[in-house]
Amino acid sequence: MSAADSAHHGDGHGHHEASHGSFRGYVTGFVLSVILTAIPFALVMARPIDSALWTGLVVMAFAVVQIVVHMVYFLHMNTSSEGGWTVLALIFTIVLVVITLTGSLWVMHHLNTNMMPLAPGDVLHRHP
Amino acid sequence: MFSDSLQKFLFGRFTLESIPFHEPILQVTFAGVALGGITVLAAITYFRFWGPLWRDWMTSVDHKKIGIMYVVLALVMLLRGFADALLMRSQQAVAFGANEGFLPPHHYDQIFTAHGVIMIFFMAMPFVTGLMNYVVPLQIGARDVAFPFLNNFSFWMTASGAVIVMISLFVGEFARTGWLAYPPLSGADMSPGVGVDYYIWALQIAGIGTLLSGVNLIVTIVKMRAPGMSMMKLPIFVWTSLCTNVLIVAAFPVLTAVLALLSLDRYVGTHFFTNDLGGNPMMYFNLIWIWGHPEVYILILPAFGIFSEVTSTFCGKRLFGYASMVYATVVITILSYLVWLHHFFTMGSGADVNSFFGITTMIISIPTGAKIFNWLFTMYRGRIRFDVPMLWTVGFMVTFVIGGMTGVLLAVPPADFVLHNSLFLIAHFHNVIIGGVLFGMLAGVNYWFPKAFGFRLDPFWGKMSFWFWLVGFYVAFMPLYVLGLMGVTRRAQHFDDPSLQIWFVVAACGAGLILLGILSFIVQLFVSIRNREALRDETGDPWHGRTLEWSTSSPPPDYNFAFTPVIHDLDAWSDMKKRGYSRPVSGFRSIHMPRNTGTGVILGGLSVVFGFAMIWYIWWLAALSFVAMLAVTILHTFNYDRDYHIPADTVVRSEDRRTALLAGQV
Repeated sequence: MSAADSAHHGDGHGHHEASHGSFRGYVTGFVLSVILTAIPFALVMARPIDSALWTGLVVMAFAVVQIVVHMVYFLHMNTSSEGGWTVLALIFTIVLVVITLTGSLWVMHHLNTNMMPLAPGDVLHRHP
Repeated sequence: MFSDSLQKFLFGRFTLESIPFHEPILQVTFAGVALGGITVLAAITYFRFWGPLWRDWMTSVDHKKIGIMYVVLALVMLLRGFADALLMRSQQAVAFGANEGFLPPHHYDQIFTAHGVIMIFFMAMPFVTGLMNYVVPLQIGARDVAFPFLNNFSFWMTASGAVIVMISLFVGEFARTGWLAYPPLSGADMSPGVGVDYYIWALQIAGIGTLLSGVNLIVTIVKMRAPGMSMMKLPIFVWTSLCTNVLIVAAFPVLTAVLALLSLDRYVGTHFFTNDLGGNPMMYFNLIWIWGHPEVYILILPAFGIFSEVTSTFCGKRLFGYASMVYATVVITILSYLVWLHHFFTMGSGADVNSFFGITTMIISIPTGAKIFNWLFTMYRGRIRFDVPMLWTVGFMVTFVIGGMTGVLLAVPPADFVLHNSLFLIAHFHNVIIGGVLFGMLAGVNYWFPKAFGFRLDPFWGKMSFWFWLVGFYVAFMPLYVLGLMGVTRRAQHFDDPSLQIWFVVAACGAGLILLGILSFIVQLFVSIRNREALRDETGDPWHGRTLEWSTSSPPPDYNFAFTPVIHDLDAWSDMKKRGYSRPVSGFRSIHMPRNTGTGVILGGLSVVFGFAMIWYIWWLAALSFVAMLAVTILHTFNYDRDYHIPADTVVRSEDRRTALLAGQV
């Protein structure tokens, strides 16, 4: 695709702003990813933390760190790449994801609290 | 004879009974479509047009031709969607008391669903995408979009979705669920037939096209602007296109995901959106409106861009408050993600949630209002020329303000509890979508038609079309506001109270006037093509335009610009004219361009087969066509014959022709 893409774009030739990373960078990213995957795996298999809730939260925290590692080492994102456009896109994405997730949780939580119970079982469950 | 299991294997749940032979209306329609189709095919064969059609259009990666094909698709689907509207208006005008009307509920429900789906996904979306495709590269001084093949592929995916919807008219049935297919009604228990599956696959396939064209246009705008064109020198239409495509890329994956979950419920028996086993249909409402509300801004923002271009061109002035227009657009882009719950205030989230979303909804009307004032102040003391595009713009400003105000009314949760799901809502969103999006697209067609084809559209029939549409709109939808306030709900096939009938009759008359508006538009096209020599524009700049697309010839050459323009100011072309720009007439060099490819058409065709097979449970065909799609995609990556050079002497010849034409003008 690249030939056709830059074909009509006279000034697009020959300057690639985005870096494609170094061998060292990929290895660092790979090792970090393996570590960040192995720890949550061990947390679930060996259960060193008693509470299932806390295990879940810790696993999710590791997942967030994992995302950042992928973005930095594999997608080569930093504050200056592509003249700041990638960071802008990232901030926009994070804002939207946060709005979508917190909004949905908030809305569904309120619905759940306000809805009339559907089945007799629910009545017993809520008003023991 | 086939044994039952062999037939089931070969044809899935498709049988001859699936073809609705018993519905006379459909049979007449089918006969009409078949006759029309055969006539068109015969004409193409007779005029030996197949070769050029394939070489110059279907396989083209030229953004201009793809843009035109999008608009043609939109106009064809407008006729289909409007035919549905006429059927609904006639049914509701007669179906009172003992009279059941001519559409049974089973058929009526399919019609209102198809009307909504077609008008949003296959009329408005291709229309918007088509105009962006045509105009954006020209306005930023580029020779094509960033990914030309991807552009062709996106178009064919959108067209494939449209084909699947059209197939549902004659093979099987369409969904009877309303245009967003809410569960549990759209679940496997309540809608066991193929209707909802047609809906799902048409939208999933077209959605791929929409998403990819969004990516394509963002990259084009960010990376391919002419030298000197900083973000704050972008034409407003490019700004609104950028924001629209950002919204597309952010919102459409949500639609894809929620429809995929619905497919899982229907195909493999999961329970995401059922009432059993912990599923929750409310989650579907929540997710689909997280896509759905940005979607309405996806449609309206490019229309705002068109109105901005038209206003500043036809008032002969720089747009008032350019920077505030840009900020208003960006603010709308962000805020459009914070209002989705206003589509289901009545679902029971309670006062906290409802007041939050009610207030955000009211806030979003502020940047929109700022835009209206910017257009008004641009007109103030301008030398206004009331050509057809400007008429649509003025018509829009009046109509859209009314629609916007009923929208703010609906944003008040207690008022919404009264008006929810009533005809008042129907009147409101037609008020903003017809008065905003459709008027904008028609203004755009009248404005850019001379650029695309080298001659203007006939102004008399353009004015006829405008006035019939405008008056027809008010006659058709003001009665629905009244009925909605009286509590009449939407999607009803029959009414008992005879005192309501007069309002529906008036609304049907309005639909008749809109029909005249659409017919006038078609006549306008025919008359303009017949009188094209009289309407010919040889300057390339018939409206005294202000942006770069008017600096090149009409229609523009394949390569758009022989030399990439250099930008010094906002309204680049106007600035160039003021500084006495002289067009280079020599020194042309060969130009590197992308080559046409048939892969997009083939993948589009295969995806129709795949969608059809999934809808009818013909698993072997689905697997086969899916594998074929992968194979074609992989084969395409081995096609290294992607580009060619337009030789320098060809460029010289076409540029000399233009030099001669321009000399003849003076």
